Parts: sequence; C-alpha cells; structure tokens
Amino acid sequence: MKFTLSWLKEHLETEATVEEIAETLTDLGLEVEEVVNPLDTLKPFTIGKVVSTEQHPDADRLRVCEVETDRGMKQIICGAPNARAGITVVVAHPGTYVPGIDTTIQVGKIRGVESHGMMASEREMELSDEHDGIIELPSGEVGESFADWLIENDPAKVDPVIEIAITPNRGDALGVHGIARDLAARGLGRLIETPVAPVPGAFPCPIGVTIDADALEHAPVFAGRVIRGVKNGPSPAWLQARLKAIGLRPISALVDITNFFTFDRNRPLHVFDADKVAGDLRVHLATGGEELLALDEKTYRFRRDQVLISDDKAVESIAGIMGGEVSGVTGETVNVFLESAYWNPVTTALTARDLKINSDAKYRFERGVDPAFTLPGLELATAMVLELCGGEPSEVVVAGEVPVDDRAYRLDTKRIESLVGMSLPEEEQRATLEALGFRLEGDMAHPPSWRPDVRGQADLVEEVARIASLTKLEPKPMTRPTQGIARPILTLHQKRERAARRTMAALGYNECVTYSFIDRASAELFGGGGEETRLENPISSEMSHMRPALLPGLLQAAARNQARGFADLALFEVGAAFHGGEPGEQHTQVSGLLVGHTGPRDPHGSRRPVDVFDVRADAEAVLAALGAPAKVQVLRGARDWWHPGRHAMIALGPKKVLGVFGELHPKVLRAMDVKGPAMALTIWPDEVPEPRSKGPGRAALEISDLQAVERDFAFVVDAGVEALALVNAAQGADKTLIESVSVFDEFVGGAVGEGKKSLAIAVRLQPSETTLTEEDIDAVAARIVDKVEKATGGVLRG
Amino acid sequence: MDDLREKYLGLIAGAADEAALESLRVEAVGKKGEISLKMRELGKMSPEERQVAGPALNALKDEVNAALSAKKAALEDAALDARLAEEWLDVTLPARPRRGGTVHPVPQVMEEVSAIFADLGFSVAEGPQIETDWHSFDALNIPWHHSARAEMDTFYMARADGDDRPPNVLRPHTSPVQIRSMQEQGAPIRIIAPGRVFRADYDQTHTPMFHQIEGLAIDRDISMANLKWVLEEFAAAFFEVEKIEVRFRASHFPFTEPSAEIDFRCSWEGGKLKLGEGDDWLEAGGSGMVHPNVLQAAGVDPEVWQGFAFGLGIDRLAMLKYGIPDLRAFFESDLRWLRHYGFVGLDVPTLHGGLRG
Repeated sequence: MKFTLSWLKEHLETEATVEEIAETLTDLGLEVEEVVNPLDTLKPFTIGKVVSTEQHPDADRLRVCEVETDRGMKQIICGAPNARAGITVVVAHPGTYVPGIDTTIQVGKIRGVESHGMMASEREMELSDEHDGIIELPSGEVGESFADWLIENDPAKVDPVIEIAITPNRGDALGVHGIARDLAARGLGRLIETPVAPVPGAFPCPIGVTIDADALEHAPVFAGRVIRGVKNGPSPAWLQARLKAIGLRPISALVDITNFFTFDRNRPLHVFDADKVAGDLRVHLATGGEELLALDEKTYRFRRDQVLISDDKAVESIAGIMGGEVSGVTGETVNVFLESAYWNPVTTALTARDLKINSDAKYRFERGVDPAFTLPGLELATAMVLELCGGEPSEVVVAGEVPVDDRAYRLDTKRIESLVGMSLPEEEQRATLEALGFRLEGDMAHPPSWRPDVRGQADLVEEVARIASLTKLEPKPMTRPTQGIARPILTLHQKRERAARRTMAALGYNECVTYSFIDRASAELFGGGGEETRLENPISSEMSHMRPALLPGLLQAAARNQARGFADLALFEVGAAFHGGEPGEQHTQVSGLLVGHTGPRDPHGSRRPVDVFDVRADAEAVLAALGAPAKVQVLRGARDWWHPGRHAMIALGPKKVLGVFGELHPKVLRAMDVKGPAMALTIWPDEVPEPRSKGPGRAALEISDLQAVERDFAFVVDAGVEALALVNAAQGADKTLIESVSVFDEFVGGAVGEGKKSLAIAVRLQPSETTLTEEDIDAVAARIVDKVEKATGGVLRG
Repeated sequence: MDDLREKYLGLIAGAADEAALESLRVEAVGKKGEISLKMRELGKMSPEERQVAGPALNALKDEVNAALSAKKAALEDAALDARLAEEWLDVTLPARPRRGGTVHPVPQVMEEVSAIFADLGFSVAEGPQIETDWHSFDALNIPWHHSARAEMDTFYMARADGDDRPPNVLRPHTSPVQIRSMQEQGAPIRIIAPGRVFRADYDQTHTPMFHQIEGLAIDRDISMANLKWVLEEFAAAFFEVEKIEVRFRASHFPFTEPSAEIDFRCSWEGGKLKLGEGDDWLEAGGSGMVHPNVLQAAGVDPEVWQGFAFGLGIDRLAMLKYGIPDLRAFFESDLRWLRHYGFVGLDVPTLHGGLRG
C-alpha cells in the first residue's frame, strides 16, 4: 500500500514530520517498507540565473553559459536547446549527486572548455520524465534552495511517498483514510471526517440490478447508478500526480476516479459503459464454461459457482476482481453505470486464486472492505464524476442489502495487564477503542463495520496494546518452573541423536544437512520413490520425493565433492528418513559414508583405501556411544543397495537390526555418479533397546587375582567359513574359563592351499578359583580344537 | 700393593668396552684373580702381618670393584648415548594423518538454543516433518480459505486417485508442534521445538527447506512482557553479549493475539553487524500471545491458561552469530564449507562452559 504525505494530510490534520509518521506506522503494525522523500536528494540544488551564453568553439550543440549562482558567477557548458540568457534555472554545483543520471557532478572540461556545474532537467532530478530541456522556473531568486521553491510553488513534486506492508487482517488500512484513523488514535493528529452528502438522482436508473438468490451469500449487496452525458477525458493534474506517485498509470478521468477511491477509502468501484450494457445487470453464479475477455486483455473461462455480473446477453464483469473489456469505458464513453458492491472475501479470494488474477479490487475484497461504506462510496464517486466529467446522475439502484455484522465483546480493562503486562487506565483504553471506531455500550465494545477481523476479547486487547505501543512494553522476568537447579530436559532419543553426532564427528566424519526430499531415481535406488512419498508440487524434479534414507543425499554430496576434486571423503548426517507419507511415518537414521583413502599420502605409508572394516569400527563405536549391548549378531542379507558379499547387519535378532555397514553396490554408485568403492554405515538409534537399569549405580566389579593365560591357535578352514563361527565354537569350549576369543590373523590361499584359509585366534583363559596347571590348559585346548573342528571342519595347523 | 692398585685402576680406566672390563674383573678380583690370590695368601701370614695386609687388601678389592662398576656404568651411558645419537629422527615429518570431523552449524546452534532454554525450564519437543493440514493450519487458526495458506508456498504430499482426504503437507513452520505438545501434555507447558520446515521458494536468500525454532510457554499468568524478557535473555545469552534490547512491532499472525515482530537492537557499521548496540533493528522472527482458538484446538482451556509463542530462524541465527554469508550453502555439503563453518565434535555447548566450546 502506497500513499503520499499530502494525500494522508487530507485525512489527518497533523504537524508530524514524515519521519515521525513512518516510525509510528511501523510501531502500529503498519510496517513501513520504504519512504521516498524527493527532498532528500533535492537539498543541494539551488536556483541560478543564466546571464549570457556563447556558442562552444568546438561543438555545434553546446553553449558556454555564464550563470549567476549562490557561489558567484560560474561557467557552465550546457547542451539544452533552451539554454539562453535571462532564464531562471536549477544549478547543481560540483560535488552534487544527480539521481536521474546517477552521477556526482565534477569540474570538467567539455571539448576543451571548463564547466563548473550543471543546469538540470526535471528528469535528471527524478521529478518527471521531462527532458526536452533544462528547467526554466517562472520565479525564484538566485541562491534560493530549489527544494524550498518546490515546497512553495509545486508541492506535489516533492510529496514524500510512503509504502507500507499490510497484514492480512488489516483491509481497512488499504485506504488512506484507515491509515489516518490509526495514526489519529495514536495521537499523531486529528482524523478529518467529512459527512457524505447523497447526490440526488435526476431520473430513474435505466439499468436494473438483481442478485440471484443462490448468489446472495457471495454477493450480499450490489448498487449503482447511471450517469449520462459525461466527458471522459484525461483526469486533472492533481489526480494524475497522485496516482503516478503511487505507481499507477493515469488512464482516463473515470478510471482514475475508481482507482482514487480504491486507495483513498479502500472502496473499489467499477464503471461500465452504459451504452454497451444490454438490458439489466444480474449478479449470479457461473454455471460453468462462461467466458469473458477481461480488462487485462485475457480471456477467462469460469467454473461453476464463481460469481459473475452479466447483462441480458453476456458476462460483463468478474465480481470484485475485474471488469470486462467490452463494457469498459473509453474516451468516447458518454453514459456510464457506476457500480459499488460488497463481495464475500472468501469467494473473491478463491475465484481469483483459481483464475490466477491479481487486481487492486480483488486484493481489497479478499481482505474485507467496509460493507457499510458501499453506498457512501458510490455517492462520493458520483460527486467526483460530476465534478470532473460533468453529466447527470440517475437515482441509485440497489439489489440485496448491506450486510450487518453487529457483534460485541466485553472490554475487560484488567485483561491488558494480565495478558500483555501493560497497565493502562480504563479511560485511555476506552478512548483508544472509540478513536478506532468501536462503539462502547457500557463495557461492551462493538467493532466498527470496517474491522471484520476483530473476533474476540483478545482482539480488543490487541488493539489497545497496539495503539499504546508494544515498543514501550517493559520486559518482565518469567519465573522458573522449579525453584533452584534446572532439571534435565532431553529425552533418550534426543540424547542418542547428539551422542551419535558427536561420535561421528570425533571419528573424523563431516556432518552434512541435506534436503529431506530427493529425486525419484535416487529414492528408488534406496527402496523409496513411491507414490506415497511423492510431493504434489515439488519445486523441481530434483526434489520430488521424500528421502527413504540418508545415503542417497550423502552420495550426491560425495559426487559433488568429487567433481570439485575432493576424492577422500568422510560424510555423515543425522536425520529423518521417510517410509510413508503420513505424519509419523518417518524414523531417525545416522548414516556415514567413506570414499577414497584413509587420508592423504604420508611418509609413513599409512594411506590405504577405505574398507568395510573402517565402517564396521565406526558403526560399532556409534552403537557403543548409544549404549547398545556388546553382544550382537552379525547377519548378512540387508537390502540390495549393499554389495551382496561385503556388508552385514548388526542385530539383536533377524527383526531387531540396529545398524548396517558395508560396501555400497557398484550399480548404485554408477547410477549416482560416485567414483567408488564407497563404504557406508547406517544406524537406527531408536532400535537400540532402552537401558535396563534405571539407576546410576553400576554392577560390582569382579576381578580375579589369579593369572590369566593366553594361548594362540591357527586353523585351516575352507575359505567360505566365517571367522565368527570359529570364534563362537572356540568360545563354547568352556564358558566359564574362556574370557575372550579374538581373531588376530587371516591368511588366504598360498601355502594353506587353494580354497582354504588360515584363521588364527587368541584365547584368553581366566581362572576364578585356582591357578591353571599345564594339564588344565591342555584339556581346554583340546576341547577348543575339537569344537572348532566339529563346527567348521577346520584343522589345527601344525 | 700400591703397584696392584695403580695397575688395575689404570687398566679399568682405559678399558675400551664391557668385554675388556669383564676380563679385567676376572684378572683382578675373579676367583683366580691377582687380588683374590693375594687374599688367599693372608692365611699364611702371621697375625701381625695379617692385621696390616688384610684391611689393605679388602680396601683394594672394594676400590677395584667400585672402579669396575663405575666404569661399567660409564660405558653403558656412552653406548646408550651412541645408540640415541643413531636414533635421531626427522621430527619435522608430518604425523600419520587423522581425519578431523565436524558438526554442522544447524545442529550446533540447535544445541546452543536448547541449552539456553533448558535453563528456563523449556524442554525440547519434536514433531513430524510431514504434517496434516489440520495441525499445520486449522488448529493454528488458519482456516482453509485464509490467505496465509496461499502465501506460505506450502508443499503438499500427493494423494492417490480417489483418496479425497485433504493432502498432508510438509510443515511450513514448526508451529504444529505447539498443537501436538499441548495435546499430549496439556498445560502448564514450556517447550521449544527446533526442526526442519519447508516452503516452495528458492532464490538468493531462500531455500525450499530451512530450520525454525518454535517456543511455547503456557501457564496461568504468563504475559507478553514475560515474552519480551525471555527473548531478551535468550538473545543476550545466544549472541554472548551483555544485553540485547528487543523491540516489539505490532503485527498479525493468525495463531497469536496480540502479535509482534521481534527486532534485536544492532548496528551495521562498515557492513559489520554488532548486536546489542547502535540504532538499527534486526528482524529476528515473530511472536505473540497464543490465540484462544489455538489453545482450544489443542484441548487447553483458554479461560484458565494463557501464554506466548514465538518463532525464530535457526539458519539465520547461525548466519548472524557466526558470520556465514549464504543460506543455500548450508545444504550443499561442500567439504570446504563443512570444514570451515563446522564445529569440532567436542564443542558441546553448555551454559557453564560457554556456548562456544
């Protein structure tokens, strides 16, 4: 919403400066987006007089002028055709910024002759588009400020323009009058209210108006009158200047008048060329399929139940949104029908949204114009038409009734103290509401007809607080919920997310935050991309589906980094993945991705390609940080984006999978343009069982004073035998004595034979009662060999 | 005897290595060593002679033994020195490389914010990213026709043909968590809800996904003045300055009433932002007193309970605090960016240790 200071002053008697007004508007909730004050840039310009001119020796079009200025006589080169002795001009001295040409004037030589300044045109000072010559002022003294001269002689040129943002509830502030009312309520001036005098009709209205019964809910009142014998020329300069100042193009007097009231009073109007209206006007619901060539020169086709205005032959206007081209006014128009109506905000909004039309009328009707001003608005506009275009008005015709929504809420003057924390005397609160147009009956406050947004007691508090100024609200400490030390607030889930994140970072991974949505192809590679996780209106095909896992996003990140020349990557993310399209069909994942080498080349030869056991270690570290049990199963058979032979699930059972680690399938990497191989891990932190013991106490530490014994064994087994099977077999040889079994060597092929491998284990025996004898140890060793042979077919290596 | 003494002390001093020293030991004080043999001869001496020669021989033996062990230690030291000299390493060589991991600024800032609000008794609530339109709009006093719905550029989930339930949305704000939390816990309640939100907008300063933090405090007597205090306390703690004045500008949000835009006092001298000083104001978010309709929708009696809600942008807080210029880069996972703006794993924000580790 834009308006000028002088326009505001027609509704508000005030001495306030434009700065005060702007600051107050923002504080009132009418946020100022921009104030353009032409005086700001015009300050340095002064008035001068051209004393003499001479032809420039080297340029036909240039003249060398002697100009009398506030700084004495100056030589200025000028190319304007009207530069001549005797005229009063506007001078920019060297150092002055000239906005229209975005240049600061310098002393310079033009074709060898010095020039000490510039004489400006209107366009150069952004006062108008006028650039046929330099300004010739009809009056003014040498040395006088040009800004002062303008204020005195042509104030419209230096009228500051204020633009404010309007929140959806404040339709009333889409008219200058409404803005003035807010400022007056704050005490920044007096609201100027002039009674609206009805213009008597000279003859019955030749065009009748009706509203179909089924349209009344959407179009409660439709009024108008014919004015005959008008002359629709250009509007007067003051009106044109006003519209131009707020960015509207003057079209013709009749159109400009409707635009004026749209902004002046938040009262959109429409003018039909009465001679192009066939018969009467009828407000009705579309049956579907009707069409109209609208004023924006586009043809619209209507759906059922959209509200239209038709004459006896065709659709003439889209109610509250835009008129038709055919019945629009032109320079030749002599008889008009002036419409003022009230349209349902929701219907208007939905129709405009469906038709994708934006107009100043639609913008206002959807926020709610003042229904009670329908007829006064018509009268004001009639008077202006008569004044600017002449003509003779008919009587007013009205279909339907002005909707009345009288309601009242109790003004509890203590509420502002308890809800906002502001203490204001009762009289002040009542005065505020009255200034805003509320009618007070005892302690019941009736909102004015232009405030459909006021719907309850809290709204009254809001109005009073807003006018009193929330900027002035004094902060008050809030009490703590508990006396003393703050209590912990994180849930187990939240603590686990944090533990996983910090562990991954400590393990050398860089955390990424990637989008929750991803392209279909990438989603499909990870078991997603289905209809239930599809976005109806994605911003691009790259972001069309909710991600089924974090890995595709990390792989895309890896591909981008590889393209930038970073080959060794350790990336991770903690976040939600989606297994459905309903709220709650999401689960938290921790995923890590390793590609390339363990690090840069180094003189110690420690650089090597990353492998499955790197991600296994990291997965185990994360699980340990989450408090997962140490005893887990390691199972194959995870989803098909993993390398079939190089991955495993860390699980507490086939249906209780805590995490997966391994190498990603080469096909997936190829599809995602990642140079592999790539190692990955995914942990589902919420699958880790909750800790069993609730208290902080630990189980007692049991340590034996007896010497532990470690014995090594090497077995030759088939290459396909898994180390875990061998370890479990050895472990089973004596469950009390064997404290741990660990694999410390694997050797495949070669001396042990084709298709075979050697696995070496260290078995640690921890006696608890007596020191082990050689016989005891030999007995356990024999059982281990026996168990391993039975379980794996392995043979002890000689 | 003096000859013996001089002979052996001289030889010991001149021994070149441990082997030479050992043969000297055998030669002097070994079983058949010269001094040992002399001592055997003591038995053949007269008691008088013995009384003189005995102690002298013993003293000599002790002296030679002491010289032997002193020399031995000296030789060992020399050998060790020689070995250590050989063991010289070029310690200017780099260490074995170890990867440095980082935490992304968004979760880091979420933890900072949680630490601050935890001190005021706010717990951390979460809600789904895919939401019903009821939780996202209706319950927040945004009816189906409200212009805010259209203006929010909401993402909708697809519905199968024939499924005429209203489509779910990607939550355009964290406010639905207010509704869910109140439905679950009732009042009184104090929560913050940090999380991802989505709007169909992508340009220099907008990404289709970003992060918000929602705050909600409902009790019998919580006022907007309390809200202002909480925000001032938060701002000063978060930006780690003495005080940041908060300005409330009246505004309108469907879910609060009265509503106010939150501005922080700041200065932009020389293009550098300084919070808490100067005459400028930085827009930080929206806030207000929870609308009675919202309380009602969440099953909380507005006749008994009242309180405030606010929303702040987490990405924006991170950008302002840490001087990160471009929002879009947050989600591009450029390794250089992650390393530069990320935090080391042990930088856990706490109030007692300071938010920056």
